[in-house]
Amino acid sequence: MTLINAILQGIFLGAFYAVLACGLSIMFGVMRIINLAHGDLAVLGAYITFVIVDHTGVSAFIAFLVALPVMIVLGYVLQLTVLERSLKAGILTPLLATFGLSIVIQNLLQLTFSPDVRSLGGSAGAITTSSWLVTNGLSVSALGLVMLVVALIVFGSLQLFLSRTRAGWVMRATAEDPDAAELVGIDSRSVYARATAIAVAIAALGGLFLGIRSVFDPQSGPTQLIFAFEAVVIGGMGSLWGTLLGGIALGVAQTLGAQVHPQFAVMAGHLLFLTVLIVRFGGGRVVLRTAR
Amino acid sequence: MTLLEVDGLDCRYGLLQAVRGVSLAIGQGETVALIGANGAGKTTLMRAIAGAHRPHGGRVVFDGADITRAPAHRRVSLGIALVPEGRRLFPGLTVEENLRVAAPPRRRGRWNVQSVLEVFPLLQPRRHMVAANLSGGEQQAVAIGRALMSNPRVLLLDEVSLGLAPVVVDAVYRSLADVIKEGATVLLVEQDLTRALKVAGRVVCMLEGRVVLEGEASSLDRDRVVNAYFGLRRPA
Repeated sequence: MTLINAILQGIFLGAFYAVLACGLSIMFGVMRIINLAHGDLAVLGAYITFVIVDHTGVSAFIAFLVALPVMIVLGYVLQLTVLERSLKAGILTPLLATFGLSIVIQNLLQLTFSPDVRSLGGSAGAITTSSWLVTNGLSVSALGLVMLVVALIVFGSLQLFLSRTRAGWVMRATAEDPDAAELVGIDSRSVYARATAIAVAIAALGGLFLGIRSVFDPQSGPTQLIFAFEAVVIGGMGSLWGTLLGGIALGVAQTLGAQVHPQFAVMAGHLLFLTVLIVRFGGGRVVLRTAR
Repeated sequence: MTLLEVDGLDCRYGLLQAVRGVSLAIGQGETVALIGANGAGKTTLMRAIAGAHRPHGGRVVFDGADITRAPAHRRVSLGIALVPEGRRLFPGLTVEENLRVAAPPRRRGRWNVQSVLEVFPLLQPRRHMVAANLSGGEQQAVAIGRALMSNPRVLLLDEVSLGLAPVVVDAVYRSLADVIKEGATVLLVEQDLTRALKVAGRVVCMLEGRVVLEGEASSLDRDRVVNAYFGLRRPA
């Protein structure tokens, strides 16, 4: 029973990782940008939500809805100002630019909010702590369930967007061949900006979950980035659903690892990541190709 | 009436100058064939007109407006559509999606998914197939159809017969003839001289980045064109 419970908790945890990884996967799939500031953008989203909660006392979920437009605009502007310029300079420059952005965000957060540890758990209401005991030794936490449902909604609607709407086709077309896209009248700049806006918005959602389920400080970003990155790679860098499954596989590996020894949890995730990396070495297929 | 005008255009790839001071005017409803050996600068000229290559000097004027600095997607909405060399379809999208992404949300006109499929009936059964799985001829048909979807005022066709079986090329040109008959303005690059002279009203021959011969297709004899094509002087 402990084993089944561990797997269940792993799935919930994995849903959280999948949400964190989703934006990373989108930006890599559409623009071939590996966004090293992704974790920090998630943490930034958590801080913006925190500020709104702190000033108004509303629930963390309401505060997030207010923070969301801010993050969308931020993503849009980020693409048009920093990332677009770096993309023109070759494949390595975006890596450096986002690395720099990561440091800038961390230091700005430290400057503004001090290194104190914060949490959104208290302001999220009963969801944070309530759970149902299904049978003896098998419990379903409300937050875990919420995260799983939200992850499924996020990935499901992205899939629908990419496969059913014209804007989604335009995004896939631009991802496959940006020059040809320009020649059929697609403004690749604005498509890229839209993709980044979506990615940053979903990163902020990851930040919200991070803040509710545990704590964060200005330096939390890189750790979240590593988990997100591992989820994307385990999922095969092949598709959106791959990223969801990759996140869940990572989560399950961590909770199973924790059964062996509490300190082995994160290590088990890393080992799974390394194994996948070795087995599928060289298999980095285009991310959005299978999202039809 | 001149619809598209190229004025002293210079295009470079680094130190290599691909197009040297080319001037060209295409009237409304005209069909002009651009011919020349490989490396003569035809594709570069087409890409510069479409906005995919930033020229080093000179101007591109469309319908009286200078568009030399306009990005490619803006030119599509103005009415310039290029069928690029090598087709450049979106391989992971279906035929219909390939067509749909090229249709601007507002602009209305004769061309839509339905009318493109009518002109290229071979695509009808392939409508929901992924472009990567199409044959060369089908892919070329999609590429032309995709360019038509923007209801262009000028259609630029770069080597539409490249790599296709002769019978498929015939089919593609039959469909093109329908398009041209309806009064479209067309600038096309074609390696097959006979075909170029047949389909086009006017022929422009390029050699090493320059226009070396220009004239009505009916007034040009083959020898003159061949000489210009290879840069040969007529024996005195």
